[in-house]
Amino acid sequence: MKRLNYPFTNEAVRELKVGDQVLISGTIYTGRDAVHKYLHDKNECPVDLKNQIIYHCGPVIVKNEETGKYKVMAAGPTTSAREEPYQWEVMRDHGIVGVIGKGGMGQKTLDGCQKYGCVYLHAVGGAAQVLAENIDEVKNVYLEELGAPEAIWELEVTDFPVVVTMDSHGNSLHAEVLDSSRNIFEELIKDK
Amino acid sequence: MTNEENLSKSTFELLKKTTSELPSDVTKVIKETKARENDGSTAQYAMDIIQKNLDLASRNQRPICQDTGTVLIYVDHPVGFSQKKFTQIAEKEIVKATQAGFLRQNSVDPITGQNKGMNIGPGHPAIHFHEHDKDTVTIKMMLKGGGCENVGAQYALPYTTLNAGRDLSGVRKVILEAVLKAQGKGCSPGVLGVCIGGDRGSSFMESKNQFLRRLDDVNGHKELRDLEEDILESANKLGVGPMGFSGNTTLLGCKIGMLNRLPASYYVSISYMCWAYRRQGVELAKDNTISKWIY
Repeated sequence: MKRLNYPFTNEAVRELKVGDQVLISGTIYTGRDAVHKYLHDKNECPVDLKNQIIYHCGPVIVKNEETGKYKVMAAGPTTSAREEPYQWEVMRDHGIVGVIGKGGMGQKTLDGCQKYGCVYLHAVGGAAQVLAENIDEVKNVYLEELGAPEAIWELEVTDFPVVVTMDSHGNSLHAEVLDSSRNIFEELIKDK
Repeated sequence: MTNEENLSKSTFELLKKTTSELPSDVTKVIKETKARENDGSTAQYAMDIIQKNLDLASRNQRPICQDTGTVLIYVDHPVGFSQKKFTQIAEKEIVKATQAGFLRQNSVDPITGQNKGMNIGPGHPAIHFHEHDKDTVTIKMMLKGGGCENVGAQYALPYTTLNAGRDLSGVRKVILEAVLKAQGKGCSPGVLGVCIGGDRGSSFMESKNQFLRRLDDVNGHKELRDLEEDILESANKLGVGPMGFSGNTTLLGCKIGMLNRLPASYYVSISYMCWAYRRQGVELAKDNTISKWIY
């Protein structure tokens, strides 16, 4: 088990390889479909994402009306593939060093990881309670007008569990599994 | 309490249990899956986290997954039951469950992008009524998230890409292709609900109805039963594994139904359910309190 602690750096993520199980501690920012579209449209980002990690997640969050504090009820990853057209741009223009999500991403993102020094960290999809347990605090919220699932939530996490499935050296577990499963599929459907 | 208040309360209880607890037929298969993965593998790591997540969600009565999905409700009722009244009650309880954090604010206007935050709008919740001869009311509920909904597929046979004709061998090919294309994106290991035949709409609807079946039931239709077993075994040979990490389990189950088709059409509709297969159901007593949990 490896650790990735705040502040995050290019050097630290370059150390990570496909298959590494990693525990993340520090600040991370949620950002999914609407945020990526928002950044792609050249809108100004309300937070500085340099050396930060983006989490593809639309959490269930409840606001305590008395204290004004937010509480995370459930916070697992969403499917990352939808951000494939945009992710490499966010690496280039905003300098993120990590992406947490599920399902993996494609070649553009893999190339971006290699070029800009970023890593794709796979959280277990659906494991919203295990992951929420590792979120200590909601520190802030930005772009709340996009709706709670789509807003940018600034989260403080401890030992947030992920697996490296795309590293900054051009390796992708997703590409490997797709290739090997496609070969098996060809065999399975051969006409007898 | 009045019968109406009881119906509200029972609906809320059903929502709460569906979001936080998987039915026992599913948890049993998930346990078996964990044991089947190799020690120290990433697949086993994923299954460990999944198991831990199920325990936590059920103990704390919190959503298993943050994507609480489309709320699908299936009501079987006798003559005289008011569908309109039930719909009003269900909507009210869904709003309550959303405010309490049992459901995510999940209903978005596709034109304006607006999310009113209460989970009510055109098409949501999706309630299906069926009048039956019994004098009891049963309500079944499923929560189906967007990740797995997105990897569903509908094929029109013949499908020349795979040389898949209008027969069960052709059906088998396209189902397996759907599993291949889904990889881990639908949160594998998942369950397939398949319909052979029907029109485009009824076919997809029936594919989802298949998810109301218990994983351990036996298909009464011999050919379909054989195909279900074949698909499960073959799909697990693909090696996609939990979350697409590679591994021994890609599917937890496969359920296949059929509808008559037109001479000119031959659809195969495949719905994918993630491992967070949230399905519960209740039978109501005369006063609308819960007399029995179905699954």
